[in-house]
Amino acid sequence: MAAVHGDVHGHEHDDHHPSGIMRWVKTTNHKDIGTMYLWFSFTMFMVGGFLAMGIRAELYQPGIQILQPELFNQFTTLHGLIMVFGAIMPAFVGFANWQVPMMIGAPDMAFARMNNWSFWLLPVAATLLVGSFFVPGGAAAGGWTFYPPLSTQGGLGVDLMIFSVHILGASSIMGSINIITTILNMRAPGMTMMKMPMFVWTWLITAYLLVLVMPVLAGVVTMLLTDRHFGTSFFNAAGGGDPVLFQHIFWFFGHPEVYIMILPAFGIVSEIIPTFSRKPLFGYSSMVYATASIAILSCIVWAHHMFTAGMPTVGQLFFMYATMLIAVPTGVKVFNWTATMWRGSMTFETPMLFAIGFIFLFVIGGFSGVICAIVPIDIQVQDTYYVIAHFHYVLVSGALFALFAGVYYWIPKWTGHMYSETLGKWHFWLSMFFFNATFFVQHFLGLAGMPRRIPDYNLQFADFNMISSLGAFGFGLTQLLFLYLVIDCIRNGEKAPQSPWDGATTLEWTHLPSPAPYHSFETPPIVK
Amino acid sequence: MRSKLVATLAGVSTLALYSSMAVGSKYNFPEPQSIIARETYDMHIWIMWICLVIFIGVFGVMFYSILKHRKSVGYKAANFHHSTTVEIIWTVIPCIILVVMALPATKTVISMKDTSSPDMTIKATGYQWMWGYDYLQGEGEGISFYSKLSTPRAQYENKEPKGENYLLEVDNRVVVPVGKKVRVIITANDVLHAWWVPALGVKQDAVPGFIRDSWFTADAPGIYRGQCAELCGKDHGFMPIVVEVMNADDYSKWVAAQLGASAVKTSMHIENK
Repeated sequence: MAAVHGDVHGHEHDDHHPSGIMRWVKTTNHKDIGTMYLWFSFTMFMVGGFLAMGIRAELYQPGIQILQPELFNQFTTLHGLIMVFGAIMPAFVGFANWQVPMMIGAPDMAFARMNNWSFWLLPVAATLLVGSFFVPGGAAAGGWTFYPPLSTQGGLGVDLMIFSVHILGASSIMGSINIITTILNMRAPGMTMMKMPMFVWTWLITAYLLVLVMPVLAGVVTMLLTDRHFGTSFFNAAGGGDPVLFQHIFWFFGHPEVYIMILPAFGIVSEIIPTFSRKPLFGYSSMVYATASIAILSCIVWAHHMFTAGMPTVGQLFFMYATMLIAVPTGVKVFNWTATMWRGSMTFETPMLFAIGFIFLFVIGGFSGVICAIVPIDIQVQDTYYVIAHFHYVLVSGALFALFAGVYYWIPKWTGHMYSETLGKWHFWLSMFFFNATFFVQHFLGLAGMPRRIPDYNLQFADFNMISSLGAFGFGLTQLLFLYLVIDCIRNGEKAPQSPWDGATTLEWTHLPSPAPYHSFETPPIVK
Repeated sequence: MRSKLVATLAGVSTLALYSSMAVGSKYNFPEPQSIIARETYDMHIWIMWICLVIFIGVFGVMFYSILKHRKSVGYKAANFHHSTTVEIIWTVIPCIILVVMALPATKTVISMKDTSSPDMTIKATGYQWMWGYDYLQGEGEGISFYSKLSTPRAQYENKEPKGENYLLEVDNRVVVPVGKKVRVIITANDVLHAWWVPALGVKQDAVPGFIRDSWFTADAPGIYRGQCAELCGKDHGFMPIVVEVMNADDYSKWVAAQLGASAVKTSMHIENK
């Protein structure tokens, strides 16, 4: 350990980099790039959150008040696209950039320059997406799934969205190749595959999924583009095409995408639970196999998003069974986390609170997932608020809560400062309360028959919509507290020791000071 | 202390939730009015109970652990990290539970797909933004009309008070006889729509250029309301579906009136030429 510290001091001249804005434009450093990914995704989270506030404000009571139907549809569409592609995915890539090299004992990512480019594509794509609100006809309004023929009807906003998705896809593919190469080639001596931290495992599997499905998304948006402008008829029955073909291709990307957003979250939680239970992760190898099984199964269940689109009986049954099967490896994970906590010596700092909150609410989302897998029930709840509630339980209290947990866990290593535990706990409890106020009642709205993507509704849905909107405003405001907390941590936080968590066992805590040096490991550590 | 409070709160709210579910349909599917809707309703309740039991089991263990196995009460960490037996058990048991869930679902899927030998057939066509209906076969054959939202614009612009069936009322209802198997053929004219009547257990996307079908047999006379369930543009939220189920006599009268009216229309049309 001492040797590593010595190296850091001896090589300080290596830390020279351009100052000011050029440091960030030209950087090839995994930490700088990771930081940019994280701030970018937080910015997009605020933009997507603003759109969500607009949606909930319109739905606060029956009648059209704030957003006319066309603008309402633009808000829902861009809320989905921005949160998925702009907030959640880049945030996980930011985590990978910061953590993967440190956790495997590498100095940096494998392709440092490509890393820079894959980040700097993102602001371009985001500008196209957000800028599309200001072009004639406004932004895309066909839902984040942009099903044709509706999306064939849209204006320039749809084209901008298509280009934006192309660029985001290129960025993701480059990011994933970089992560795969780094993990496979740059591990410290002695770190065999089955000794890698779970976070690294989950990202390795996620990166393979990304490389598999992002080209499919790029293909389907290109087909949409040529249908719109070059006279092809992939999705137009009058020309021999089929609108449902789009849905099959889109969801072949879209379902693995769901797991792309949740597997790294599993990884983060699998680091945090053992640390704060002061006990090794239970069933490490079954965790790895479960992650891999989820990834493989996720590629053969896409049509469960299309049970009402019309499919042969055999098709419906196949996709129902395959989908239900995913509950098994997911269950294994939850049981393993519980067994890790069992007879541990637990403390409940903010990362642990968010991790437990994650498990608790993710399981609710998992149960509603099983319910949605049952074809007859799904046919009833398809395209209703039940589905909205379901996927916000897995994406907000799943992916987002895990991201918060990860930020609290690693921010001492990133900044060299401790965050305020009091504010962190406030952030957790307020998020927990407002999240459930927003989304739990949406299950009832969906069961009672409220369709999604509507700007106005029958009076029978009024009470729950009001509760949901109030919850959403509270949840939105709570996230400003998080922003304040992070800035406060960077500026005024107490100095963090090398490992503020006594149960942490991964390399960034055992071998690197806080904040971590600019080049993590110049001499790889030996892992026994 | 805090987690004890949280555990109690969670327990109480779950109980409250389930007791309220039993009381009002506000928390559940609408009262089912067809065999498929009823099977779906029962299946949902049954699976909810299974999920609830698992939920209480898993989180009972977890919250017990959170209360007892904490550093602040001086609990020392054990050091076990795997157990093949336990891991096999908790892989196999979920598989069995899933099979139990899948069996009734499979039966319902097979029967909901069986659109053969209907008593009558109606074609529903989705338009931006209304529905068109053509009675193709069975009593009422030849009837054809459009069905549009009848809630006045002033109501959703907040200039007038909103009525009870706000946004769920149409100018021409789809009328069907009680107890007859009705096959609905569904298609669209422009973009995707979806024909959905929750109480009858039918939801089917309407795909332009293609035909899909579904069926229902209504249990009792009444008026059942639904909405378009696939985003179809600006007025997606404003194209409801209203099905009126009549007993056989009333239905025959309705058919006679409709066919009479359309016969008059047709003859006038011819005279005008």
